[in-house]
Amino acid sequence: MAADILLDINNIEVVYNKTVQVLRGLSLSVGRGKIVTLLGSNGAGKSTTLKAVSNLLTLENGAVTAGTIRFDGNDISRLTPHALVRRGLFHVMEGRRIFEDLTVEENLTAATFALSGRGLKPTPFDLVYQYFPRLFERRNGRAGYLSGGEQQMLAIGRALIAQPSLILLDEPSLGLSPVLVEEIFTIIASINRDLGVSMLLVEQNAAVAFAVAHYGYIMETGKIVLDGPTERLVKDEDVREFYLGASGGEGTRSYRDIKHYKRRKRWLS
Amino acid sequence: MSDLLFFFEVTLAGLGSGALLSLTALAFVLIYKATRVINLAVGEMLMLGGYLFFAFAAGFGLPAWAAIPLAIAGGGLVGAVVERGLIRPMLGESPIAVFMVTIGLGSILVGLVELIWGTDPRALPAFMGNTPIFIGEAYVSRKIAIAFAVAAVVIAVFLVLFRYWRGGVALRATATDQAAAYSCGINVPGVFSLAWVIGCGTAAGAGVLLGSIGGISPAMGVFGLSALVVVIVGGLDSVAGALVGGLVIGLIEAWAGTYLGGEFKLVTTFGLLLVALMIRPYGLFGTTEIERL
Repeated sequence: MAADILLDINNIEVVYNKTVQVLRGLSLSVGRGKIVTLLGSNGAGKSTTLKAVSNLLTLENGAVTAGTIRFDGNDISRLTPHALVRRGLFHVMEGRRIFEDLTVEENLTAATFALSGRGLKPTPFDLVYQYFPRLFERRNGRAGYLSGGEQQMLAIGRALIAQPSLILLDEPSLGLSPVLVEEIFTIIASINRDLGVSMLLVEQNAAVAFAVAHYGYIMETGKIVLDGPTERLVKDEDVREFYLGASGGEGTRSYRDIKHYKRRKRWLS
Repeated sequence: MSDLLFFFEVTLAGLGSGALLSLTALAFVLIYKATRVINLAVGEMLMLGGYLFFAFAAGFGLPAWAAIPLAIAGGGLVGAVVERGLIRPMLGESPIAVFMVTIGLGSILVGLVELIWGTDPRALPAFMGNTPIFIGEAYVSRKIAIAFAVAAVVIAVFLVLFRYWRGGVALRATATDQAAAYSCGINVPGVFSLAWVIGCGTAAGAGVLLGSIGGISPAMGVFGLSALVVVIVGGLDSVAGALVGGLVIGLIEAWAGTYLGGEFKLVTTFGLLLVALMIRPYGLFGTTEIERL
């Protein structure tokens, strides 16, 4: 069993600026070849969890003060962010974070540094263009002029270049139209299927996340409150109500009854 | 006709010193672009380059073809040590604190050079020859012509490297977004070191050129101030800005010095700086984003 686990986060706590505690004993694991989703409301600490894994926390004055994170069996706390990327852990950050002044192709070139010292064959850029034909048309244009959806495609394309075994995806649906969200998630699922890349997917949009994920975690104020295989989570009454927007099945509800949503979440008690 | 010829000669001389300004400005831009540090010690690095060349060529009697690369490498080495020892520990501190550190570094370098070589100006061993060059009928000093050619080639090489070399992509990526550069597997601290090594090496090389034209002295670092004007006018993060700004300032200094009198040289330079700051505070080619210092 343990051999199938690629990423293992065990009871970590994260503190920003030595004062603000964001994660309080969070544990989760990602199996090899699986898509795992991490859901939660604003400020629950989802992005922080990803940054703790990719070691980018230090750039924001945050630190893991307790617990361990193991990637592929190795403790990651002493590794620099770029060294981690070169071991196959790629973080697609929230808000896309493409290099706007560089062309599309140069953005992909930048990601080839992830292959340094791994003795791998360079990834042909065609692999990216195969998944995202639109990027091919705009390969010589400045990335800053791409549309939001194309920028997200480029961000995922950079991850493909790096030939990772695990991709951390931070809200790929952010600011995209429903049509684009569906397109991108279809591609995410097929990348997972074709290349066997594991993914840890952070989302606000629970419906699309459940559509691609094998397993899900739900976190609130710094720790996991519920987890399980997606088939089970989508049937869970609380999840349906708070994350999928289903309303118990008694037909349409008036906004006058909004107090209904003040109902205590069962898992908090 | 001879008036026109004279103007042409002054212009050529201005372009020559402008190319040196561009080269020095490039050192500022490289370091600023990658690390967001304004390195005020660039002028002193330039001076150090001149003295290193002096030490290798006059002290050890090495030929110029060996002494020049050694001086540049020496400058790069000092850059690496400074980055590792002084600048990296300051990472995340306020820009003004880092800025002050580089001012202090400049004073230390001047002091060191004065301790070792004394305060008197010295002439560098001649290695360029003195036969004047004529373009048509216009006379150009051979040294200035060579300095111009070298600076032009170096800047062209930099422009090409920035555009097409993989390391150039890493540098521009780091300049745009550090965290994203990390996430692509780019060794960001390595890029910082590289920028300092190349920047300080470039400054040292400019120092050799400048020193061979006008001699070296511990005070020649003030040339760095003119170059700072260039980068502020051209844009702190723009290689093209350094190139164009250097030539423009060089020309204006030459014209003002000749037609208005030597005392107007700096007045016009800094006057231009004032105007540029009022119209385009981020420089002619810089990114539209204002850094407060």
